[in-house]
Amino acid sequence: MTTKLRAASFQDGAVTTTKIAADAITNAKIADDAITNAKIADDAVQTENVASTVNLGRRNIIINGAMQVDQRNSGSSYAQINSAYSLDRFRGNSYDGGAATGKFTVIQSSTAPDDFSHSLLVTSSAATSDAANNIFNIEQLIEGFNTAHLNYGSSSAQTITLSFYVRSSLTGTFGGALKNSARDRNYPFTYTINSANTFERKTITISGDTTGTWIGSTNGIGLWVSFGLGVGSNYVGSAGAWAAGDKFSASGATSVVGTSGATWYITGVQLEVGEQATPFEHRSFGEELQLCKRYCNALLGGTNANRLYTYNYNPSYKAYLFYFPVKMRAAPSVTLSTSGGAGTAAIVTKDSMFRYIAAGVTATTAYYLYDFTFDAEL
Amino acid sequence: MNIESAKYNVDLEGNNSEIKATIDGTEMYVPIDPDNRHYQAILEWVAEGNTIAEAD
Repeated sequence: MTTKLRAASFQDGAVTTTKIAADAITNAKIADDAITNAKIADDAVQTENVASTVNLGRRNIIINGAMQVDQRNSGSSYAQINSAYSLDRFRGNSYDGGAATGKFTVIQSSTAPDDFSHSLLVTSSAATSDAANNIFNIEQLIEGFNTAHLNYGSSSAQTITLSFYVRSSLTGTFGGALKNSARDRNYPFTYTINSANTFERKTITISGDTTGTWIGSTNGIGLWVSFGLGVGSNYVGSAGAWAAGDKFSASGATSVVGTSGATWYITGVQLEVGEQATPFEHRSFGEELQLCKRYCNALLGGTNANRLYTYNYNPSYKAYLFYFPVKMRAAPSVTLSTSGGAGTAAIVTKDSMFRYIAAGVTATTAYYLYDFTFDAEL
Repeated sequence: MNIESAKYNVDLEGNNSEIKATIDGTEMYVPIDPDNRHYQAILEWVAEGNTIAEAD
């Protein structure tokens, strides 16, 4: 004869934690919705209980993934040239065996999915024929300091997930690729746009590359993320696996530049550790701008916007000093304009400061500098 | 990058401190820093047989 114990048989406090065998309460024994918020005591869930399984803040490795920062063009259209930057941290290639021009334009667009204010819009300027050497793309080169924790090139290489919102006037299979700085390891990927002119979120989970040479914690290129817009057979590979070679996209991907007037939007680009795409991490505009300024600090707007005056270094020279708001990735290249005379410049740029000394300008001349761009991009 | 010209620029002591270059139609001052992408491109341009002009 079997005697069943009923709940009423137990005195209050009789069943203590120590009397419950390890693993006795499995998920299968907990009814759906049995554990409600009201049954979870305050402070019951501690950070250490979730940190290894839930991605907390500061997880997006991509900078300016929401396409909010556009220091160089301030929302104006940019005719893409080869290996040149448009929106902050995003650059494009326009290459057909040599530098190609007039193939597509890039602009910061206010057309965006819910929860976003901007996207990066590519518009094809002409119907460019497929050719083996074509490389038309948008990409972000991520600094090694920001990817060293992925442990690529070792047995502990981490799985990562790339997610983004994309929209196009075209439908079908599109592609991209990740690769290393030496451009001899690559992981092509594909994604499908199902409906024309509709933002869709895509996620791609990528196992870590346990082989190859990855630069680790340096200011060089840690990881290369490319979105193909029309890539020729010499630079595409089979999607879904790491392989040797220099690839920018996946085989069989749709060419955006192949159709005159075709559009392709992207925003909400996120690259994070783990197998799950978590919601896009919205950082404040100020944070994102500061992150961008490690790579580009553009102070534009004409003669009156960011005019830099000087003091007389000595009777023969005028000296101008400018300290960057954040240490730049490397000593930057400088473009600038001057007013008040020709002068002869002796310039020194370091990763933290810029010094400009003008000779041949009289002490009473109102000689000033304006429209600066400091470029330390990868 | 399309490098159209490159010429050394000197500091007050007369040492080569920068390269004044025109790249992709834009005139810029490029530091002599191996981590700078424009300097890397100029070195590739030199390897192709081109020469950085000496400063005046």
